[in-house]
Order: sequence, then C-alpha cells, then structure tokens
Amino acid sequence: MTALADVPLALAIPIAALVVLGSTLTLIGATGVLRLQSFYDRLHAPTLATSWGTGAIIIASALLFTFIDGRAVVHEFVIGAFIVLTTPVTLMMLGRAALERDRAEGGKAMPEMPEPDPSPDHGPDRGPDRGPNHGRSET
Amino acid sequence: MTRLFPHPVLSLFLILLWLMLTRFSLGYLLLGTVLSLVAGWAYSALHSPRPRVRRWDVMPRLAWTLFSDIVWSNLTVARLLLTEGRSGRKSAFLRVRLNITNPNALALLAIILTATPGTAWVEYGSDSGILTVHIFNGAEAGHYRHIICDIYEPMLMEIFE
Repeated sequence: MTALADVPLALAIPIAALVVLGSTLTLIGATGVLRLQSFYDRLHAPTLATSWGTGAIIIASALLFTFIDGRAVVHEFVIGAFIVLTTPVTLMMLGRAALERDRAEGGKAMPEMPEPDPSPDHGPDRGPDRGPNHGRSET
Repeated sequence: MTRLFPHPVLSLFLILLWLMLTRFSLGYLLLGTVLSLVAGWAYSALHSPRPRVRRWDVMPRLAWTLFSDIVWSNLTVARLLLTEGRSGRKSAFLRVRLNITNPNALALLAIILTATPGTAWVEYGSDSGILTVHIFNGAEAGHYRHIICDIYEPMLMEIFE
C-alpha cells in the first residue's frame, strides 16, 4: 500500500472515477441479466461490461501502474483487445442457438426466416439481389 | 518477401503484442520477431488469402466513430436498464440488406455491432445478404439502420472492397 500513497491526488481522482464508472456499468449490466425477461434482451446486458465496463477499468489500471512502475504499462489493453475480439464469437453462438431453438419450437419471439427475395420494407434503397450463393454457408 | 512475411500486418501486431506483454528491450524484440514470423507461416497454412486492406486512412475515422458510438450507446443502454419496466422499452429484430460480401469486412462489422451495447448480431445469410440484428430498443430501429447502412457499411466498403 506504500506505493499507492505516493500517487498524487490529481492522478488518483481520475483513476478512481474510471474504476467507479467501469464497475458501475458492469453492475448495471449484471442487474440487467437478472431483470430482463427475454433471452434476446439478456444478450445486450453483458455488453455494457465488455465495452466501457472493461474499458474504464483497463485505462485506470494502465494509468496507475504506469505511474507506480515508472514505465509504460500497457499490457492491460491486450485484455481489452481480446475481450472485444472474442465476445462476438460467444454472443453470435448464443444468439444463433436461441434463434434455432425458437424456429424449431415455433415461438412467437422468433423472426421469420430471411427470405432471399428483397422486399420493399427491408432496406428500400439497397442494391439488387446478388448471386444465389457465394460458397459460404450462413455465418 | 511474401514467402518470408506472408502476413506482415499480423506479424507486426504480434511483435507489438509481445512487447506489450513483456517489456521493451532489444532481446524481446528479436524473440518476438522470430515468434511472429513462425506464427505468420502457421497462419498462412490455415488461412491463405491475405486480407487486402485498400484504404488504411479510413481506419482512424472508423475507430473514432466506433469509440463515440460505444460511449453514446453505453449511456443509452445503462439508462434503459435502470428504468426497465417503466420506460415501455420493446426490443425488436432489425433486418438489413448488406452490400458488403467480403468476409473480413463482415467480421469487422460483427465486432462493431457486438462491441456496441444495444445491438446484437444474430444471423447473416451469405446467400441472401440479409443481416438480422437484435436491437435492445425497438424504437431506435431507424437510427440503427442508418448507422449500419449509411455509416459503417460505406466505411467498410472503402477499406476492404
């Protein structure tokens, strides 16, 4: 704790503010997971924690340890980069799994299957439909 | 050169990552360079076509737009979560026809939409080009359609296609 006592107030206040901001956003996200009713809604709650929730804590940590160690401590940003890169994989898997389940059960929350023909109410100013297949299955 | 550095950008990022995780010194720079070269060869065996980035100068603009979007939507979603049950919020599925087909551009769009609270990438049909996004606040559907079609898609197109 001795090193922490040396941190000047002008630096300690923004660091504390960032930590409080990050943890508050994460807490709000966590309460969202508890309170939201539909599965698709709950997909959104943790993104608060993975965006600024993590971001603010990472910036605070980098600032504090850069000051204490007297050199640039930036490896926290690697954590942030990996969270940003890996969250879509999990979220897309969960979302798609829920969609498949809803379609199989015929639930009312499900959207219709995307039909290949362009309909006027979906993107009125989009270009014409492209070729039938690009060699890749649905992402 | 291409055989030695099949993925120069990837290798460069790996060197940077290595230096960030260790500390900046000549020894670590050399070790990191060797490791990133090996990783580049290994990666080219897995995923041979190198992503072609045509316009690097659009990247900072994209990063800044994403940053301000994330800040804005964090506040919006946090407010909606705190007033949940009283605000009459209804989530919705939004379907957008995309013109981009480049897998790298689509991957980047997936990261963008997921990193931004309030939007979740649900499904994309590569045969139809229709993207299904779940949006937390259904009342903002027009806003999100505008953001995807008029802001991110043209930028991604400039970068990759």
